[in-house]
Amino acid sequence: MSIKIENLNYIYGKGTAYEIKALSDINLTIEDGEFIGLIGHTGSGKSTLIQHLNGLVKADSGAIYVNGENIYQDGYSMKKLRGKVGLVFQYPEHQLFEVDVFSDVCFGPKNQGLSTEEAAKKARLALQSVGLSEKYYKQSPFELSGGQKRRAAIAGVLAMEPDVLILDEPMAGLDPKGRDEILDKIARLHRERHLTIILVSHSMEDVAKYADRLIVMNRGSVQFQGTPREVFSHYKELEKIGLSAPQITYLMHELKKKGFSVDVDAATVSEAKESILKCLRTGKRPEGV
Amino acid sequence: MIRDITIGQYYPADSVIHKLDPRVKLVGTMVFLVSLFLFQSFSGYIAATVFLGCVIKLSKVPLKFMLKGLKAVFILLLFSVVFNLFLTDGETLLPIFGKLRITKEGLRLAVFMAIRLVYLIIGTSIMTLTTTPNDLTDGLEKGLRPLKKIRVPVHEIAMMMSIALRFIPILLEETDKIMKAQMARGADFESGNFIQRARNMIPILVPLFISAFRRANDLAMAMEARCYHGGEGRTKMKPLIYKTRDKIAYGTFVIYLLTVIGVNMVSRVL
Repeated sequence: MSIKIENLNYIYGKGTAYEIKALSDINLTIEDGEFIGLIGHTGSGKSTLIQHLNGLVKADSGAIYVNGENIYQDGYSMKKLRGKVGLVFQYPEHQLFEVDVFSDVCFGPKNQGLSTEEAAKKARLALQSVGLSEKYYKQSPFELSGGQKRRAAIAGVLAMEPDVLILDEPMAGLDPKGRDEILDKIARLHRERHLTIILVSHSMEDVAKYADRLIVMNRGSVQFQGTPREVFSHYKELEKIGLSAPQITYLMHELKKKGFSVDVDAATVSEAKESILKCLRTGKRPEGV
Repeated sequence: MIRDITIGQYYPADSVIHKLDPRVKLVGTMVFLVSLFLFQSFSGYIAATVFLGCVIKLSKVPLKFMLKGLKAVFILLLFSVVFNLFLTDGETLLPIFGKLRITKEGLRLAVFMAIRLVYLIIGTSIMTLTTTPNDLTDGLEKGLRPLKKIRVPVHEIAMMMSIALRFIPILLEETDKIMKAQMARGADFESGNFIQRARNMIPILVPLFISAFRRANDLAMAMEARCYHGGEGRTKMKPLIYKTRDKIAYGTFVIYLLTVIGVNMVSRVL
């Protein structure tokens, strides 16, 4: 499912003393099956942007086309849109409310008008894909650990079987093990179910590893977009807007400065490793090393 | 959505009214409200209008924001005008049918009542628009201090008030977030009959209560960690002390009150 955003503008608190231009003139295209990393400093407008994509916030001007249809045209069903574009909020475990995990995951599919059996089927599938084992199904969501809660909440959105899955900082506040688990599950959904993924984060390391394309936002507008390699080549500009390239980018630039002919655009640790090994094997070393 | 609701609708600006001691503003508002019911004559209204106009001008708050508060009491205003207009005995101006008629006294009363109510609302909104909720509770705490002698827990009441006020925007934001999150899962808060709608609120209320308790718990711990033990021996970072401008303001109130009383007495004699 493709999403096209045209000249989108949004102002917070219109008509009050606290007017803030949250989004200005956003133009973006997101293709079917892409894995997008959406990066930006706090307050750069990334959370506002993703809330537009499933119609929770309505733009002041501009248009959004989902599969070629303008979501702001009369008679467009927002409910259907929300089934197609699943949005997982920051700290999604804070929205758990049911008596047990399983019924909480059923909440979404039931709102879509599915019967209890169908909803249960989808909930089971969703819980399996986030890797939550069956013994937790009948437990209260408040008895789970942080990572488990988070996964249960993500399953709650997955159970609606969206074509596009948007996750707002899904790793925030988790320990390294929890982070890796969540990220791996998301990557698997992308690979196996061909979901279009939009991952919001400010950790470059995390997005660099998984995303096909990065979109960098600053003060309500899109600053850079492109493959991680392209975006990280602007590492000096990224620093100016309060972000940074992955540490490996800095290492590669340092090595290059010292005279090693390494690939400075390597975006991940494994790419960098290849490049460094290649450089060492060819034996071309700077003077005095 | 919910974010648009303004409670404790402070309007930041750099004005004399903003800088006044909150106690002055509390007393001033009280004086103004009482003055509105002191006079019966037309000239009294002129005095009140001039006074209000000057304060609005000084406060640098756009009139639009003052009038916003009127929206909430519009129905009440309409009721009072209609009842006064049609149901007051006196000299008939315009008969409609039966006992329903517009009288001279009715018209007079309706107009005066409407002006009073509008001024009442504008007068109080000036106070809330130019004073942060924290300043207001500070002013209340200091203003009510004499009540401590009769064992009223003034400090505790003020602390509870400021905590409650501080939590309003946080909880509103939280509600907004939870609502959006549940809407993203297909929840519907707009359709259905009353009972269905009430039931649809559960997915909002449960997470909201949990988060409120969690926040309250965290705050209590954070306060204890910083050795909070009630108001005994507690000093203020910014103690409220009357400055020259506050004294001038008190003087202005006295002059205003005397003017209103004077105007009222003169017009009664005439």
